Amino acid sequence: MTNTDPQIGPHRDDPDIINATGEWTLQTAQACIALLEKAPSQVKDIDGREILRLDSTGAMLLSQLATRTGLALKEIDVRPEHQALMNAVRQLSETPPVTRQKDYGFRKMLERLGFAMEDYAKETLALVGFGGLTLQTAVKTLLQPRRFRVTSTFHHMEQVGVDAVPLVLLLSFMVGAVIAFLGATVLREFGAEIYVVELVGIAFLREFAVLLTAILLAGRTASAFTAQIGAMQSGEEIDAIRTLGLNPIELLVLPRLFALVLMLPLLTFLAMMAGLAGGMAVCYASLDISPELFTVRLQESISITHFWVGISKAPLFALIIALIGCLEGFQVQGTAESVGERTTSSVVQSISLVILIDALAALFFMEMDW
Amino acid sequence: MSKVDDIAIAPDQIAITVRGLRNSFGEQVVHDNLDLDVKRGEIIGVVGGSGTGKSVLMRSILALRRPQAGRIEVFGLDVYSEDSKARHKIETNTGVLYQNGALFSSLTVEENVAVPLKEHYGELPDALVHELCMLKIRLSGLSDEASSKYPSQLSGGMRKRAGIARALALDPALLFLDEPTAGLDPIGAAAFDQLIRTLQQALGLTVFLITHDLDTLYTICDRVAVIADKKVLINAPIKDVEKFDHPWVQEYFHGPRGRAAQGAQHLLEK
Repeated sequence: MTNTDPQIGPHRDDPDIINATGEWTLQTAQACIALLEKAPSQVKDIDGREILRLDSTGAMLLSQLATRTGLALKEIDVRPEHQALMNAVRQLSETPPVTRQKDYGFRKMLERLGFAMEDYAKETLALVGFGGLTLQTAVKTLLQPRRFRVTSTFHHMEQVGVDAVPLVLLLSFMVGAVIAFLGATVLREFGAEIYVVELVGIAFLREFAVLLTAILLAGRTASAFTAQIGAMQSGEEIDAIRTLGLNPIELLVLPRLFALVLMLPLLTFLAMMAGLAGGMAVCYASLDISPELFTVRLQESISITHFWVGISKAPLFALIIALIGCLEGFQVQGTAESVGERTTSSVVQSISLVILIDALAALFFMEMDW
Repeated sequence: MSKVDDIAIAPDQIAITVRGLRNSFGEQVVHDNLDLDVKRGEIIGVVGGSGTGKSVLMRSILALRRPQAGRIEVFGLDVYSEDSKARHKIETNTGVLYQNGALFSSLTVEENVAVPLKEHYGELPDALVHELCMLKIRLSGLSDEASSKYPSQLSGGMRKRAGIARALALDPALLFLDEPTAGLDPIGAAAFDQLIRTLQQALGLTVFLITHDLDTLYTICDRVAVIADKKVLINAPIKDVEKFDHPWVQEYFHGPRGRAAQGAQHLLEK
């Protein structure tokens, strides 16, 4: 033990007076606590004049000792340079701090469940309202074409569409190849390998191309929209747009919406082609179906309806992705955590909605025999 | 651990030394051969026009921005030294209040104050950490109820107080304040000035204060350092700074606002 360690002991003159020495600081706090637990509960006075260093932690611990032993306000003597600190801390620690009880029980769970349900209801309502508002603004803007932000729309078309082309092509090609492989494995047992062409063709034209593209863009674009608008929201930029007499929907949402509605069908078309190419490659490599045969078979056995069914869903998915991405951005509330929460929520919501609507559409088209 | 004591010595010692500092952004030179001394236990107010590099100076001293040239010492330790122990010692002895508080938005006020305590003194019992946080929150003039609130639920003034509470968490010897009274109403600003003064006296702090607020300069600063022409023009008590012969200084202290603050101070002294 060096002489800078905190110590307490009975005073030389009077054993009822506690004599504190050494350093009473945050660094030595643990030693101080251990000492104070052993301190006598009945004392007349605390003498801190031999304390070498004192900070607010030490002062708080000493004043807690004083409170516990029932000493009044002014009875801790310390060196003059520590006196101001001691008095300030002593005054503040007179009343013990309020400790909140954290409730992790069943009632808390019910409460959170209730809040979550309410949030869902509110969010659904907000989405419907936001969709209506956007459509209304869109119609107004189309009636006054000069108000339409062409530059901004083209900028977003590049970001949303052109920049996503390599990713969409690569993934569609891969999925096309995988489907052809799966089909080949199963159909070979029946000697019906040639039907792989129909499998890949129908799957990609009707469902997979549009679904894959929409899911990719939901992850890539909805999150970007939310983060962009969310950062503007927390920087009060949206408020500035409003007070400058501009319409944030016209300025921020419409260009993004139009860009996505235009680009998603085009990307879907590319995805269809890439998927067919993937299937064609597998057919050529492992089933000895030549590209010529593949193309002829495709033309003969698959009607153009499948293509129209697939591509007709693209603008609808684009609408959903853009609306959710933008709406979540507007709901960001200034904190870094909120931006993260909203971005996650926008991706999750748009992907789930896209799949849900795709399932409903599949039922609809089947019933219609299209 | 107890080696930190060589920092807390006689009050006349120098807390911050800046020598030959040069900061530039590309072609634009902000500081050129800038020297500054800050004594222990004083409140130094740093003033200068917009863009003269007050915040850059603070960021350089805090080792957040490495200068192009020059040497900066805090408590006699080089802030840009490679010695991680020296830097750790400086970091744990420095508290900073950023302009908008820079509170962690996902944590409550109490959790914000607890962050440095838990990081550097993880072995302390939870009860003590809670008590220490509450002490710091009370010291900064907030009520107990504010401790469980999130930064977004606080007003601008309360956020600054919470920022001070977090800056004080480790009982630093040195406190940096970046425009503490900006954005506060005059009454709130005056109360905040008093808070800084009280804390400085009670905790024996050295305070490095960037401000535009003339009232703050007159009421609580021991010395005022004026940055202009890429240098510290003068670093002296305000009475001497007022008389300094430089067009910017003259306009600053003898413009309408400067005269008003001076007048108020003379009234107070009577």
